[in-house]
Formats: sequence, C-alpha cells, structure tokens
Amino acid sequence: MSEDRDAPRRVVLETRDITKRYRLEGIEVEALRGVSFSVRQGEMVSIMGPSGSGKSTLMHIVGLLDRPTTGEVVLEGQDVSSLSPNALATLRNKHIGFVFQSFNLLPRTSAQANVELPLVYAGVSGAERARRAVAALERVGLGNRLGHMSNQLSGGQQQRVAIARALVNDPSIVLADEPTGNLDSRSGIEVMAILQDLNAQGITVVLVTHDERVARHAERVVKILDGRIQSVEIVNDRVLAAQEMRMLPAEEVAG
Amino acid sequence: MNLKESVRIALRALAANKARSLLTMLGVIIGVAAVILLVAIGTGVQDEVTGQIEGLGSNLMFIVPGQYGGGMGGEQSPPSRMFTVEDADLLARRVDGLDAVVPVLQSSTTAKVGNRSLRVMVAGANEKGTVVFPNTLVEGRNYRRSEVDAASRVVVLGSTAAETLFPNRDPVGEKITLNGQRFTVIGYYKPLGGGLAGDQDSQVYIPVTTMQRVFSIDYISTIVVKAADADRIERVKLDIKRVLTPRYGKEFTIFTQEQTLGLLSDLLGTLTYMLAGIAGISLLVGGIGIMNIMLVSVSERTREIGIRKAVGARTYDILSQFVIEAVGLSVLGGLVGIAIGWGGSWLMGSYTPVPTAVTPWAVSMAFFFAAGVGVFFGVYPAWKASQLDPIDALRYE
Ligand SMILES: Nc1ncnc2c1ncn2[C@@H]1O[C@H](COP(=O)(O)OP(=O)(O)OP(=O)(O)O)[C@@H](O)[C@H]1O
Ligand SMILES: [Mg+2]
Repeated sequence: MSEDRDAPRRVVLETRDITKRYRLEGIEVEALRGVSFSVRQGEMVSIMGPSGSGKSTLMHIVGLLDRPTTGEVVLEGQDVSSLSPNALATLRNKHIGFVFQSFNLLPRTSAQANVELPLVYAGVSGAERARRAVAALERVGLGNRLGHMSNQLSGGQQQRVAIARALVNDPSIVLADEPTGNLDSRSGIEVMAILQDLNAQGITVVLVTHDERVARHAERVVKILDGRIQSVEIVNDRVLAAQEMRMLPAEEVAG
Repeated sequence: MNLKESVRIALRALAANKARSLLTMLGVIIGVAAVILLVAIGTGVQDEVTGQIEGLGSNLMFIVPGQYGGGMGGEQSPPSRMFTVEDADLLARRVDGLDAVVPVLQSSTTAKVGNRSLRVMVAGANEKGTVVFPNTLVEGRNYRRSEVDAASRVVVLGSTAAETLFPNRDPVGEKITLNGQRFTVIGYYKPLGGGLAGDQDSQVYIPVTTMQRVFSIDYISTIVVKAADADRIERVKLDIKRVLTPRYGKEFTIFTQEQTLGLLSDLLGTLTYMLAGIAGISLLVGGIGIMNIMLVSVSERTREIGIRKAVGARTYDILSQFVIEAVGLSVLGGLVGIAIGWGGSWLMGSYTPVPTAVTPWAVSMAFFFAAGVGVFFGVYPAWKASQLDPIDALRYE
C-alpha cells in the first residue's frame, strides 16, 4: 500500500499487559488476561476472535471508553491509565474515531449534524464545523445526503455517516467494531472499501471482527482467544474491497 | 463546548418533542399566570382601597367604642358601651380646631317605592357628613342642620339606589318608604364606584336623629372627626381623649387616617402574599413535573448520552445540556405564563369590577422563581445523565 511500508513507523497506540475483570453477581469473568500489542501510524490492523473472546472489551479500553483492571494504555506516548473521565473524553475527542456495529447515530438528526458532533465538543465554530462535516461526508460518498435524517438512510449509508463522524476530527486512530456486522454483503464491501481507502490516505484503522475474510482486509491480524493474544499474522493475500466491488453483479452503486 | 451550543442542543431536543414539552410547561404556565393574576388582583384591591381612604383627606379621625391595640392581632376587647349623639355634640363644643364632628350610624333595610323594593344600606349622619364623606349631587340638596335637629324624614339617594327605585325619572320630591316609614327624597348623588363598606352607590343618606327614631336605636356606631389642620392632629387627639376619658375611661379608640390605612394595607398585603404563596405552590408542582419528564427523557436518551460521551462530551457538557433543557422548559413556560397572567389581569381589570394592577415585582418574581424551579428540579436528572458510564450508555437498549 504505502510506499514506506518497511520503514519503522511511529507507534500511535500501545497496550502493556492489560487485564479486565468483570464481577457479575459474585462470579468473576476475566475478559482480558494480559494483552500487549501496538499499532503504528498509518497501519490497518484487525483484531479477530470468536464471540466472547474479549474483542469489544479490548476495543473499548484502547478507545478510552473503559479502563483496564491492570496494565497500561499508551496513546500518542502518553499513559492514559490514570486520567479523569473528563480528560479521557477530551482525548477521545482529539485522537479517536469510533465506528460501531449498530451505527450509533443520533436519531432524528441530520447526517451533517451527526458528523459535526465531535467538532461541537472540540469547540469548533459553526462555519468551520459545517465545512469540515461536508468534506468528511463527501469523502465517504454522501455529499448528496447532508440533510437526510439518520433514520432516512439505509444501513450502509448510516455506517458511512458513522465513518465520516469518526474521521472529521482528524483522529490518530479509527476504531471499528464489527462495522459490517449489521449490513448486507454489498453494503459491507462498500464500507470495507471506504476503510481501506482511508487507510491508503494515511489514516490508522483498527478493525474488530470475528470474520476471517473481513479481517484479511487489514495488513496485520491479531488473533485473540479467551482474553489472550493467540497469534499475530501479517496478511499476504490482502482482500481488496475495491476489487470485490468490481466482481459484484452489476447494479447501481448505492449512495 | 460553549453555552450557545448547549442552548441550541437543548432547544432542538425540546422541539423534537413538542407535545410533551408543552404539557410539561403547562404546570409552570399555570403557576406563573396564577401568581401574576392573583397578585395583580391583590395589589389592585389594595391600591383602590388605600386610594379611597387617602381621598377622604389625611386629617380624618375615626372614634370607635371599645379598646383596640395597634396593628393586627393586638389586644382587643368588645365595646361594653356605645357612643351617643350627645358625645359628638360634646366633642364639637369642647375640642378646638375641628372642621366637623359627625356621628355615624349604619344599618341595612328595605327601601320601597310603589311596588319596587331594594335592599339598601342606610347611613345616618349630621349636616357635616358631606364634609367628611364628599359626594356630588346630581340634583336637589343635602339635608340641613334644622332637619337633623327636627329628625325630619328626608333622604338623599346614592346613584344606584336612585336608578333602581326611580328608573328614568327625577326622584327629587318623590316619596320612598324606609323601614316602614315614609321619607321625602331631597336629592341624589353621582356614582362613586366600588366602595369600602360595600357599594356606596346603593346607600341612602338620612339624618342620624331620624335614623335613631325610625330604627329605635339610642346609640351611634362611630364618631368621625375632621381636624382643621393636618399638622395639629396629635394635639386634637389628646383633646378628644381628655373629653371622652371621664365618660368612657379607656373604652374607646381613636384611629387616625394613617392608622386605618396602615391596618388595611397590612391586611390586604398579607392577603396578597397568601395568594402569591398558594399560586407559588402550583409553580413548585410544575417544577416536579419538569423533573419527572427530565428523568424520563434522560433514561430514554441514555444511548444518545453514550454517543455524545464517546465522541468527546465531558461531564459538564452533558450536565449543562440537560439543565438548560429543564431551564428552557421553565423559562418558556414562564414567558407564556407571564403573557397569560398579564393578559388575564388586563381583561379582568377592563371587563369586571375587580381592580387589578400588574406589578413589575410580581412579574419578575414569578419569572425568576420559575427559572429557579427549572434549575433546581433540572439539576438532579442532568447530574444523573452526566454520571452515566459511556459503555453502559452505549449498550443501553
Ligand atoms: N459489562 C460486562 N459485565 C460482565 N461481563 C462482561 C461485560 N462485558 C463483557 N463481558 C464479558 O466479557 C467477555 C468478553 O466480551 P466481549 O464483548 O469483549 O466479547 P467479543 O469478543 O466482543 O464478543 P462478540 O464477538 O460476541 O461481540 C464475555 O464473556 C462477556 O460475557
Ligand atoms: Mg463484540
């Protein structure tokens, strides 16, 4: 993909031996049992594992939505383990973009307003906010859907709005948890194509999935099982969503 | 995030649920309108009553039998002996610096003219009565000293009494029956409007001596005194005490105009505060309605809160969003309530006999109380929202 693929790139995100225990009615669930890995600038990494293996838990922790029970999370060189909820919110706003399986857009709110949301909390003023939101929506091919309410959009379009929202703040890293899980195969491929395209433009993407084929869209796959890293593999025969799209039966491209 | 954004988000949320927002506001609307309207009525009545008393002139004194302590709730004892016309005469002779001494007696009875009858208040006084209670004649004359001395059966009618008993004709010179006795009408007055002791316009005025005879009463209820000089009122008061003490001991009370005003103002003021308080309770209930809806709204929008937090909203951002929403409800409700209360007061003042006066303090008090209610009852739901864990909020179904 990128020309300096072999040059050492800056580490954006690193976890150091993180564990996560949940206590539910006296029963302890150990969702993560010592996970250490790092993501470099411009990489596209998949975290893959079966259901219940701890993928979402890990993503929430590296996305600063949750805290590890033990261990450290280092984002852009800063240990964030002991920061206050408000400081974490500010870091999420500045460095992290989320794409969820269930889209998580604000209901009865226009695509543009949804995309502007992170900018609102970043304190960006009206005109600049609109300009950047429109640019982000154009980047995901929704420049003609700015005023549509979130519930007036198809699932694939909603997920693209969510991607635009994740991008709009120029984050260090985009975290996508099963972004294709709620989509038909065509929309799923479109979403993957957008994520790969963004990665090609230099954006760091971490993709969480249980699906081997989806995982192979990334350069590297981190396999986890029962809260532990099982293996890390470089993907040699990377799936290119743009090619998949061309192989789909001819149909008007949604969007 | 700045305040403008918070306000924008809050207003959008309110607009998204118009019917619910309106119903929630209703409590505040009613509360604010009630505070303004009731205080307007209280103030209007107070203004009118004090205005009327002041209109009588500041050098009037009312002497009543019995002992009354100063102000509300002072020690009081019912009169054991009433005054007589002779007491009034004595004061007129022995106290210097008086313009008028008027013995007053009041009673209600039925007035008849032919087959028409009317319940009227009969006021008995002497020829100086018109000095202390000014009335304007439309036609005829007031009764004279000779008629008081002779206890003549002459009567001057208030405007309502004249119109009702003698519709479309001049009552002067006509006969009228009061308490079974025939009287000659010698004059009638212009309308005065609402009065202190009921409606003065439906009163009829006869000499006090005649009244005692016709009603078989040998006492009078009050002696009204007008000092020639307002500055000498204290001196006059002492002289009156000197004359009356040998006869009645401490069993009489002199109210100066100022005291009467103060007493009535106190009473009506207390009444106004009570009305405002009762209306304030409905405001409080409106506030609880706001809290209720805000709590529902927070749990309905848990996921929204999770999304906002995930993209970078801080505790303060969520807190201010929901507080502003609650305050928005109460402030909008307050503004509508002000419009309704003000309009209602105006309508009432214009189309009913109830006087109203909208005061800036009542309006601002109602408004700021409503806003305060919004803040107070909005903080708890907003705080709950701001403390939600982002993960739990995002998972919420
Ligand atoms: N809030 C929680 N309280 C208790 N246990 C939890 C909680 N969240 C996750 N777990 C447990 O932690 C383990 C890992 O859950 P996690 O959601 O990370 O799995 P996953 O790999 O994302 O699965 P899936 O592919 O089904 O989404 C599971 O056993 C789950 O039951
Ligand atoms: Mg999961």
